[in-house]
Amino acid sequence: MYPPNIDYYRANSVTEAVSLLGQHSGAKVLAGGHSLIPLMNLRLTNPGVLIDIGRIEALKGISTGNGAVRIGALTTHATIAASNVVPKALSEAAGMIGDPQVRNRGTIGGNISHADPASDLPTVLTALGATIHVTGAGGNRAIAATDFFTGLLETALKKGEIVTAIEVPMAGSGSGSAYAKLANPASRYAMVGAAATLTVHGNQCTAAGVAVGGLTPKATKASSVEAALVGNTLNADTIAAAAGAVQNDLGDEILEDIHASAGYRKAMATVFVQRALTAAMERA
Amino acid sequence: MKQSISVTINGVQHTNDVEPRLLLVHYLRDVLGLTGTNIGCDTSQCGACTIHMDGMTVKSCTVLAVQADGSSVTTIEGLAQNGNLHPLQQAFWDNHGLQCGYCTPGMIMTAAKLIENNPNLTDEEIRHGLEGNLCRCTGYENIVKSVQAASAAGG
Amino acid sequence: MGYVGKSIKRVEDPRFIQGQGKYVANLHLPGMAYAAIKRSPYSHAKINAIKVEAAQQLEGVIAIFTGKDMLEGTKVSGPCGALPCGWNPPNTQVPTHYALAVDRVRHAGDGVAVVVAESPYIANDALDMIEVDYEPLPAVVNAKAATEAGAPLVHDEIANNVSFTWALGDKAATEKALAEADHVVELDLINQRLIPNAMEPRAAVAQWNGFTEEMTLWTTSQNPHVIRLLLGAFTLGIPENKLRVISPDVGGGFGSKIFHYPEEVIVPWAARAINRPVKWVASRSESYVTDAHGRDHVTHCKLAVKNDGTITGLYVSTWANMGAYISTFGPLIPTALYITLFSGVYKIPAIFGEMWGVLTNTVPVDAYRGAGRPEASYLLERLVDLAARKLGMDPLEIRRKNLIPADAFPYQTPVALMYDSGNYQKLFDTAEELADYKKMRKDQEKARAAGRVVGIGVVGSIEASGPAPSQAAMALGSAIGLWESGIVRVHPSGNVSVFTGSHAHGQGHETTFAQVVADELGLPMQAVQIVHGDTDRIPFGLGTYGSRSAAVGGSALVRSAEKIREKMIQIAAHQLEAAVEDMVYDRENGSVYVKGSPDKAKAFGEIAFATHTANNLPAGMEPGLEATSFYDPVNFTFPNSAHIAQVEVDRDTGEVTIQRYVAVDDVGKVINPMIVNGQIVGGIVQGVGQALWEYGQYDENGQLLSGSMMNYAVPRADSFPKIEAGRIETPSPHNPLGVKGAGEMGTIAATAAVANAVMDALSPFGVSHVDMPLTAEKIWKAIHGAS
Repeated sequence: MYPPNIDYYRANSVTEAVSLLGQHSGAKVLAGGHSLIPLMNLRLTNPGVLIDIGRIEALKGISTGNGAVRIGALTTHATIAASNVVPKALSEAAGMIGDPQVRNRGTIGGNISHADPASDLPTVLTALGATIHVTGAGGNRAIAATDFFTGLLETALKKGEIVTAIEVPMAGSGSGSAYAKLANPASRYAMVGAAATLTVHGNQCTAAGVAVGGLTPKATKASSVEAALVGNTLNADTIAAAAGAVQNDLGDEILEDIHASAGYRKAMATVFVQRALTAAMERA
Repeated sequence: MKQSISVTINGVQHTNDVEPRLLLVHYLRDVLGLTGTNIGCDTSQCGACTIHMDGMTVKSCTVLAVQADGSSVTTIEGLAQNGNLHPLQQAFWDNHGLQCGYCTPGMIMTAAKLIENNPNLTDEEIRHGLEGNLCRCTGYENIVKSVQAASAAGG
Repeated sequence: MGYVGKSIKRVEDPRFIQGQGKYVANLHLPGMAYAAIKRSPYSHAKINAIKVEAAQQLEGVIAIFTGKDMLEGTKVSGPCGALPCGWNPPNTQVPTHYALAVDRVRHAGDGVAVVVAESPYIANDALDMIEVDYEPLPAVVNAKAATEAGAPLVHDEIANNVSFTWALGDKAATEKALAEADHVVELDLINQRLIPNAMEPRAAVAQWNGFTEEMTLWTTSQNPHVIRLLLGAFTLGIPENKLRVISPDVGGGFGSKIFHYPEEVIVPWAARAINRPVKWVASRSESYVTDAHGRDHVTHCKLAVKNDGTITGLYVSTWANMGAYISTFGPLIPTALYITLFSGVYKIPAIFGEMWGVLTNTVPVDAYRGAGRPEASYLLERLVDLAARKLGMDPLEIRRKNLIPADAFPYQTPVALMYDSGNYQKLFDTAEELADYKKMRKDQEKARAAGRVVGIGVVGSIEASGPAPSQAAMALGSAIGLWESGIVRVHPSGNVSVFTGSHAHGQGHETTFAQVVADELGLPMQAVQIVHGDTDRIPFGLGTYGSRSAAVGGSALVRSAEKIREKMIQIAAHQLEAAVEDMVYDRENGSVYVKGSPDKAKAFGEIAFATHTANNLPAGMEPGLEATSFYDPVNFTFPNSAHIAQVEVDRDTGEVTIQRYVAVDDVGKVINPMIVNGQIVGGIVQGVGQALWEYGQYDENGQLLSGSMMNYAVPRADSFPKIEAGRIETPSPHNPLGVKGAGEMGTIAATAAVANAVMDALSPFGVSHVDMPLTAEKIWKAIHGAS
């Protein structure tokens, strides 16, 4: 547990961070450090230069406005888990990340920039239809979550760009959301994670956002499940049927490891989508 | 390229030049000689190195010393006040909450914040709150009992 | 003073709860250098070349040594010998094992070079700069497959990779019992490899004094004298009288810190070579590929039963994976600590066990909590459950039917052991009552009717603790005796230092041994200080493993205290001018008086001082008040237990939740109930870990797939309900304290209890056996019939 040699720069503003990133090619951004430092401790990465953005106050905290919740990139999982204004699926998932100490340091921006397929937040943000705000030398961009996560440990972030904020739609009336996961018994990362947000009027589902993660190389939008829900009456049977449709959305590449095979994970995708949908319906 | 950092540890300010890659736990143990904070893994799992940093529990193996610059840190050595054991230290002693003692400092530091944040914890909440701290000896039962006892004692 | 039997708070705790534990990794010596070890990524490869030049150039690197350097020796640090094996069954072939591999690596993690540098960061930088030219060789990881024709040879000189074989019992009688049985239940099982994961990673610090030629080694060991002996006689070649081994506070062992490890040779050797103190601390990743692993058996077993449930025979064949080298006590575990336990708590007239100790390209396997006994308990208790199911009997009923009756003790099993004492009927009665077993079964029926998947597991388990006697151990292959030492030294002012050969690494000896000695001498506990873990302070001792400390180490202290009392009585008799046989030693307050005249007692302190002024002692008596004993037990002790577990399986995911865990144990007389309960509960949780989560899993190429805490599931706080623990006491008749071992009983019983509970839950699905760990996926597949 001895990280390799690095040069270290502390950025006091987003502008300074972007400028430092421009000066040091190959540099990595250090936020909470809870994705990066464990890799450095095992010498699985050697970034050479770290740009520490951890003290940029403008990137911290949760605010609301214009029907959306804006979460600064440096907001910790603990803060999100304790928030009453973020959609329930998001606070629920944030509360399931790692353990209390990890949640105290790990940040949403760092988490999604790392884009670990076993991470919880990309799945939730995909289901919620979040927008990722990024800044780079070329200015600001807003990227839909579905476009942000591009592959295993890959995002749409361009060289020199950093995540500044995540925006999710405010939970409207008649809506509810939930996150459910099958955790790796050792690391407690998601082997299968499912997030759902439902808007219900009467018994009718008027809008649905569903995504799965953990078993796919990137968070995956479950469009077939959404299609099976919207416009239909919600009850245990229709939810069960809709959950099964997730099999159409999983794609060809299913991850597996010593804890869970691809086949088992696929089967569990249906189970956990159903669990997330059921909880979301109850909260709607 | 060493960086100068200044960290208040157990109420005393320390200023040192450190390599940016130096982990906070190594700064505490090897630079300052505060060896009460133990290292039990290298994957941020075991929690043996848990300390308080600016009022929150953190795993000091997953923080660079340079990140702690300007922070206030409490370690197990700083928990007892004026020679009086912290209620959790007392409770771990009273309830056989430790065997080999290696996980104990991290366990106590984590539990101290649990109690501070919620004085009326259920056993289940305690067990959940300690999920980031591994113990191989006790089977956790007496640790949970110790945290309950400290909580009841107004820890 | 009546300390024994009371839950006295631990005297060692104040330093631990305040962060003042004296662990090896906390040691800092002036001028200290730091070692890091280059390890093989291959499980089996020829070393063609090791290029260290670039690493040597790195600023801060002091020296780099390879296996060849250690084998040949330098000018100041002589050649090293191979690591020896301390338990050799007849005809065992022990392959040569050097601290650093010389020309071939045999498991992923095998060390090939050591860097010594000014900081651990630099040492690790240098590791990345060492280039090793490996020529990969085919690897073998499965013990049974390794014995088959054409399997790669781990050591060319050991045919079929079989290092040793061992068998015990009456084969013909057992085959006859199987042939004549109403039913035979049969099982192929794997007792999976486990990784100990003591929370403190191993560490070593060595300091060489070139002027006196004395070496001090601080190491995380459960038995510093054994390490000193092996270092002195085999590996390092420094005479024992110039070698001091200190194991200060050790953060958990569970067996894994018994053995003589390569780093205990490398670190002092390097310290002597560079004439500076050297420190090495394992990273957890290193622990996974260097600490001896546990279990790893492939077993075929058969149980013969009558229609009424009477067990008539047991036949077991096991391929035990020993890893790439034979670890210090590796061969003991699947032989004398395994096959001898096959009778369990039952009367079984015919038993036969045979085993093959097999070398593979994996980390060496040796004792891990329970060590052989959990493997025995698991196969027997699984078979008994299968028999119950076949006969339609309740698992508790079939066990009761076969229990060794209370009046049968001492009981001679067909597999060599003589059980000392027990009352298994009472044990099961107590467990049944504590669990309210009948209600559990009724509730299970209701839950099943409601569609829930609920199971109850019952086990009766036996442990042989405190391996003994030395004579028998030597006959079975031990290279060393199994006695223990203890010195009681009374200082002139009447307080006492106790030096024990036992070693505490969480067990609380500083408290329990003080309770024992304080009671023996009639002193307040505060007057008794326990010293352990330093070969320059304590007498030669064998250390702590096999749940031996109270029964063997504690008994040595009782013997020494008896000698102190005898001498004090003689002195008091002399000074009070009375006959020795008229003297009374008052064990309430440590004084000695003439029968009938307690008012004219000689106080403990008075006599202690008198032995040091030495001007008023009986004629011919030596001054001083100190006694040494070496206690060699006549037999093992036999702790036993009845455990009942209740689990619920999530039908949709296969996840198992433990709902209740009831444990009744008989560990004989109890010195400190609080500490014993802590040992039992901690042991149970480790045992449950094996049943549900833990697995040291290799791929076919010998890569450890569960090589960190990210992939190896150590039980966490939120995985358990409160354990309901009860106890009965049948004292061991053959040691002065009446105690039996308490450290491993929980682990031995719990694995089988939980496995049986899960299989009971799955019985409606026609599932009779699933190999551990009982992961969600395996259970889900068992329920849903998926392959």
